[in-house]
Amino acid sequence: MGSVKIRVKDTNLYYGNHHALKNINMDIYDKSVTALIGPSGCGKSTFLRCLNRMNDLIPNVRIDGEIQIAGNDINKYDVILLRKKVGMVFQKPNPFPMSIYENIAYGPRIHGTKNRSKLDNIVEKSLREAALWDEVKDRLKSNAMGLSGGQQQRLCIARTIAVEPEILLMDEPTSALDPASTMKIEDLMENLKKQYTVIIVTHNMQQAGRISDYAAFFLNGEIIEYDKTEKIFYKPMDKRTEDYITGRFG
Amino acid sequence: MRLSERIIEKMLVICAAIALLGIAVIAVFITKEGWPIISKIGIKAFFLGKDWTPTKGVYGIFPMIIGSIYVTIGALAIGVPIGISCAIYLAEIASPKVSAIIKPGIELLAGIPSVIYGLYGMTVIVPIIRDLFGNQGFSVLAGSIVLGIMILPTIINISKDSIEAVPKEYKEGSLALGSSHWQAIIKVILPSARSGIISSIILGMARAVGETMAVIMITGNSTMIPESILSPVRTLTGNIGIEMGYASGEHQKALFATGIVLFIFIMCLNLLAKLIPKKAGA
Repeated sequence: MGSVKIRVKDTNLYYGNHHALKNINMDIYDKSVTALIGPSGCGKSTFLRCLNRMNDLIPNVRIDGEIQIAGNDINKYDVILLRKKVGMVFQKPNPFPMSIYENIAYGPRIHGTKNRSKLDNIVEKSLREAALWDEVKDRLKSNAMGLSGGQQQRLCIARTIAVEPEILLMDEPTSALDPASTMKIEDLMENLKKQYTVIIVTHNMQQAGRISDYAAFFLNGEIIEYDKTEKIFYKPMDKRTEDYITGRFG
Repeated sequence: MRLSERIIEKMLVICAAIALLGIAVIAVFITKEGWPIISKIGIKAFFLGKDWTPTKGVYGIFPMIIGSIYVTIGALAIGVPIGISCAIYLAEIASPKVSAIIKPGIELLAGIPSVIYGLYGMTVIVPIIRDLFGNQGFSVLAGSIVLGIMILPTIINISKDSIEAVPKEYKEGSLALGSSHWQAIIKVILPSARSGIISSIILGMARAVGETMAVIMITGNSTMIPESILSPVRTLTGNIGIEMGYASGEHQKALFATGIVLFIFIMCLNLLAKLIPKKAGA
């Protein structure tokens, strides 16, 4: 068991009057993959978006409790530095409508890297880490919208890695992809967790079982059970977890 | 198909045809009226002639072409930065409450008759310029300012729509990388909305080129090529608007010929607006 990277204490979230996250307490471990599972609308994605404060963009959201990253309250971070440190990959691949190169260089540029050869290095390194380099190295100048869905998603992962985050949040990153692309991204995660703390929301139980070290089961805004993945899958403590995992509902 | 439906369909086709017919009739009419005088004077003498003296039968519209171009550029210089900034503000920054106040204001701006703009220019802008620069006030600058305001609704509305049409995933993607809201706007959202913004500028340009009444009232209408933005100027539209009331014979035909030039201007601008690719990133 690694050290605690993210500590979530007594966190509640309200959309207006709707109590969407209820008293969440969770320690997330460094350099591991943590899967958030549970039926649609249970608050997994909402929770994920708390960690890089993307919920700040939504009006009428109120959050209490405390979330610490490496011991520091995320509300005390400058939100820009926080999001640099906590990268996010979205459900629908969302490359910018610009070249592959510009997509990757975008993040480093906004954080002040101007040197061309430095940017070249970052682009190559990020694309290699995202297992996309060999497929695109000859067409870095072409528009990213021309890539396949799976390639676009790996580009988005590369784009996120390019700003050297410590934590990667992935919100159902493979739900819009075909099985072959999904497998590529799952393979990729094996490598990513060597360097990053990965938190992934997924609806795919097999995926959670294959790639995660820890798993948290969410239901109606609460964490029902959180433990090592094999424990959640093979010896769940709570009946509801078992029902969900075995496919009896959800 | 039922008979009633067939009749309705035919009627709709006829209505669509009337619109098309309207433009065709106008084109044929002004060409028929204006072309003979152009060919008589000579294309070069007509378009590049710097002297417009109907009393002596000299018709060169070069000063008016330049005048239209100057005033339009001036209007864009004023209207584009303000219009695009306003569109960004409305689409990205303003709260719904503030938008609810600004939007009707912009719609009103679009609905004000141009003669009112002219009056405003004459009684407010022109005297200010006169006091500031000691010229007569009626000038390229005055025309540019008033036209700059008149094209705002076109630029704001079309730009705002195209900014709002940018997928919100782009913005989220940028913010999630640690960009500021402003960086996301400048580097991702505006480039993605580029084609719509350019269209808005072109359509605003067409509006500026075509405006007549307000321009006549505030630009001084001298037929000299303006020396500076403080000089008086006459535009193509102004040329027709001022003189058509009393012109006859060859003079009148020369005004129709001016109309041909104007028509070509506007057609080119509309064509340009159509050619801009519609899709983001294309």
